Amino acid sequence: MSKIKAENVNVYYGSKQALFDVSIDIAEKEVTALIGPSGCGKSTFLRCLNRMNDVIEICRVEGSIKMDNLELNSRKLDVVRLRENVGMVFQKPNPFPKTIYENVAYGPTIHGIAQSKEEMDQIVETSLKKAALWNEVKDRLDEIGTGLSGGQQQRLCIARAISVSPEVILMDEPCSALDPIATAQIEELIDDLKKEVTIVIVTHSMSQAARVSQKTGFFHLGKLIEFGPTDKIFKNPDNQQTQDYITGRFG
Amino acid sequence: MNLILVTFIILLAFTSYYFGRKKALVIQSSQRLTALPKFYGYYLAAWCAAPALIIFALWSVFEPSIVKTFILQDYTDQNLTKNELQLIYTKVKALAAGTYTGNITNFLDESANKYIQLKGIANSAKVAIILAILIFSLSFAYRSVQKNDRMREPVEIFLKWVLFVASLGAVLVTIGIVFSLLFEAIRFFQAVKIFDFIFGTHWYPAKTFVRDGQPDPELMKDAFGAVPLFAGTFFIAFIAMCVAIPIGLLSGIYLSEYAGRGIRKYAKPIIEILAGIPTVVYGFFAALTVGPFVKEIGNAMGLEVSAESALAAGAVMGVMIIPFISSLSDDVMTAVPQNLRDGSYAMGATKSETVKKVIFPAALPGIVGSILLAVSRAVGETMIVVMASGLAANLTMNPLESTSTITAQIVVILIGDQQFGDPKTQSAFALGISLFIVTLLLNVIALSVVKKYREKYE
Amino acid sequence: MTSLDPGLPEEEDRQLIQMVSYKYEAEVKDLLLKNPDYLGKIVPIKLTASDDVDQVHKGNYPRDIPEENRRVNDYQLQIYDMLNERGDILSEFNISFFTSPDSREAELAGIASSFMGTVFSILVCLAFSFPVAVLAAIYLEEFAPKNKFTDFIEVNINNLAAVPSIVFGLLGLGVLLAVFNLPRSTPLVGGITLSLMTLPTIIIAARASLKAVPPSIREAALAIGASNMQTTMHHTVPLSMPGTLSGTIIGLAQALGETAPLILIGMVAFVNTIPGTPVDPAASLPVQIYIWSESAERGFVEKVSACIMVLLAFLILMNLAAQIVRHKFEKKWS
Ligand SMILES: Nc1ncnc2c1ncn2[C@@H]1O[C@H](COP(=O)(O)OP(=O)(O)OP(=O)(O)O)[C@@H](O)[C@H]1O
Ligand SMILES: [Mg+2]
Repeated sequence: MSKIKAENVNVYYGSKQALFDVSIDIAEKEVTALIGPSGCGKSTFLRCLNRMNDVIEICRVEGSIKMDNLELNSRKLDVVRLRENVGMVFQKPNPFPKTIYENVAYGPTIHGIAQSKEEMDQIVETSLKKAALWNEVKDRLDEIGTGLSGGQQQRLCIARAISVSPEVILMDEPCSALDPIATAQIEELIDDLKKEVTIVIVTHSMSQAARVSQKTGFFHLGKLIEFGPTDKIFKNPDNQQTQDYITGRFG
Repeated sequence: MNLILVTFIILLAFTSYYFGRKKALVIQSSQRLTALPKFYGYYLAAWCAAPALIIFALWSVFEPSIVKTFILQDYTDQNLTKNELQLIYTKVKALAAGTYTGNITNFLDESANKYIQLKGIANSAKVAIILAILIFSLSFAYRSVQKNDRMREPVEIFLKWVLFVASLGAVLVTIGIVFSLLFEAIRFFQAVKIFDFIFGTHWYPAKTFVRDGQPDPELMKDAFGAVPLFAGTFFIAFIAMCVAIPIGLLSGIYLSEYAGRGIRKYAKPIIEILAGIPTVVYGFFAALTVGPFVKEIGNAMGLEVSAESALAAGAVMGVMIIPFISSLSDDVMTAVPQNLRDGSYAMGATKSETVKKVIFPAALPGIVGSILLAVSRAVGETMIVVMASGLAANLTMNPLESTSTITAQIVVILIGDQQFGDPKTQSAFALGISLFIVTLLLNVIALSVVKKYREKYE
Repeated sequence: MTSLDPGLPEEEDRQLIQMVSYKYEAEVKDLLLKNPDYLGKIVPIKLTASDDVDQVHKGNYPRDIPEENRRVNDYQLQIYDMLNERGDILSEFNISFFTSPDSREAELAGIASSFMGTVFSILVCLAFSFPVAVLAAIYLEEFAPKNKFTDFIEVNINNLAAVPSIVFGLLGLGVLLAVFNLPRSTPLVGGITLSLMTLPTIIIAARASLKAVPPSIREAALAIGASNMQTTMHHTVPLSMPGTLSGTIIGLAQALGETAPLILIGMVAFVNTIPGTPVDPAASLPVQIYIWSESAERGFVEKVSACIMVLLAFLILMNLAAQIVRHKFEKKWS
């Protein structure tokens, strides 16, 4: 089942084109990994999916991106509602400098998801549990979120993203600031989450892409070179460039 | 009346906020809300208060002048001057308010009645119009709420407009400055030729004071020559810079290049506090201590020194400016990239060579900018010169004599009761606009130099 | 005083009275009101010395110049010396300096009226400048599109911050007093004038601290579905508040020491009542310093010094407060 269908997406930063005719089908409740050398446009593409490129004034997106047949790249779209449905986790953990509880409760508050304090407590608890952070922080929910360790902060950010029960979560190199143990925890988490949500993850680690994803897309110089099942991409890719990149002979 | 109206609008806005939120909760039971319930409240409240208050404000601004035109229409055939008309209008208003004590003519009485009548009409019209607007805008807003239109976006657009209007405040202040200065200055230049002002060498406005009637134009010509003031201003600023630049720069260099972390940590806040000492304190110091001291030393050396010498005022002003230059030049030099320093050290240069040959030249544009800003400060400084330099405008280049400055003269002219319409008062505004132009030029140049400098190293 | 020597000839009686402050009638009346049974008795009473006697006592008065050039004549000096020998002249801490309004007599003049004037002006200044400045800064930093007009506003603000304060005084005089007919010599007008001056200072500080909020916080909020306005109001602005407040305190401290604009809008008028509202005429501390330092009497010099000390104490406190607030802010991002 296709969740997101991008067709002929072109992105420009001012006069500079960052993406060229990218077409991709992202399947529901699967993990899709995007790999490619630095500056090839992975983040740019990811940010098209929740319209974060709107923030960059010079950025212009062309083409069609449909999620459940809803056109995302349209001026009429309610961006707030989209971002409620498409969460995002960033490269560097960026919890709000507020309490752990407030970090998780912020999304549900602005979207009016919880009707009462009890309901909110419940949402905070389940989100933290899903993010595998509950046991570590349940006694100090009113401590400042920025006081946690890096791995905990990143899981807090994941909890924050899932607190509004999004259908899609975008992760832009979520483990690049973390140590191997924290990375393993996050990967486990991704595995759990994919039962309920569609995940798109950008990563520089081949092994990570191989471990967590079902589909992999390889970007190079703003073009989607190859896209297919992770096994195939890693074992016998069609394209020579892909082959070179994953075997580390690139460049 | 106005107070009741405004209170009513505001109370109504609060009520509509709660009403809107309630309504949202009702809608919630059947449809999905487009925003948080409170936005429904804000939406109604904004539509309730904003149009009504804007109209109210406009009305309050324009009503008086419109009423005035209506009243004074009856006097157009009497060939009265502007001031006389103004006087009549004041009388009419006083009569209408029942506070008039002069003798009442028929005509005046009629006008006062008309005034009361007009005010009454205006008042009821105002209330009616505002009520109509309230009903109209509220019902319009309520329709949107009922249709469950998007609520957050319009509220945010409204807020954005509020923010925008606030940012116009700064522009408004500038416009206010320019117009208030220009308005009086233009009237001044109608009485005194601009040429006489800019190139005249005698400043003695008290001479033009005449009890009744117009002052003698010949007198006017010779009383408002601003050259002594311009000269005095720049002379004192020059003395100040002679004191401030060397000391300020050296201390800036020390702070940015030589001082350790510990010293910086304490020196910076102390310099900030020094920079914040009010100029009236420096002025007192200059008048009470430095002035007599300079005089005594001068006398001991056999020189004739005025107790209010330009030297004393300039020196104290220089001291006042030291922290300003010091902290600005410190900032500028700290901004010089580390790799320039490293490069110089790598070539085996000593610290002082690096400072002299690398850092100082690299920071020069920024330093020049800071110095220009400091000059602008010195030119605009008021209290020190008012208290410590003379108030008589001598055209002199002798630092031991007393001189006066633009700012000091503005204070001298405007202290106590002013009479608008008197060329002496207006001359203060003419001085003000010259001061404004001079400092503006200095600032624009300084800021653009500093900005270019910053961009270079970012 | 008469107890020293009752039944003096009139001329000498007058000279004796000149040695105490003219407030003595009130002081005697107060004492009698409090202790009605003193009436008709001879009791010791403390009176405030006149400024001239005060100066003699402090040794600031040259005794060797001829009598006719002195403000204290030989007879008064003689009385003074007698009293001094008997230990009847006391130096006490002058509490009334803080509780009395200004006066023409140096020994009675206090800072209460100018102090209240300053307090009211600063409050008015804060009320006008802070909200406008913060809103303007938010717009310029978070919402303004990059175009000619917003560039113009920006240049405008930077230049406004460097306009000499006296020009703001002319603005206050030419617009607030002449056009809007606001009451002269009042902290209301003074405060508004000062607020126009502080406006750019606060805007610049607020913009700098908005800029210092890391973009990652904004992205975090946006990514969870907060609108630009919500992101700004819920996250960016609260995080920038310490810097903004510290800038505001610095701006107010500048306004507090400002003298020239207040002189122009008439806050130099002699006010011997303590203002109760911002629309009562008042002076302000720095203006009071100016007024007193223009007076000839030696007694005022000491008043000026005391007043300067009060003012500086305030400024140092405000600067410290600003630095503490800012310090807290710096800690957050480290
Ligand atoms: N805000 C921006 N303004 C201008 N150009 C940008 C901007 N962001 C990205 N680009 C350009 O777009 C191209 C793609 O950038 P993008 O960040 O998508 O790369 P990436 O694949 O995510 O790289 P990395 O692996 O290093 O994160 C790059 O050439 C980059 O220079
Ligand atoms: Mg990237």
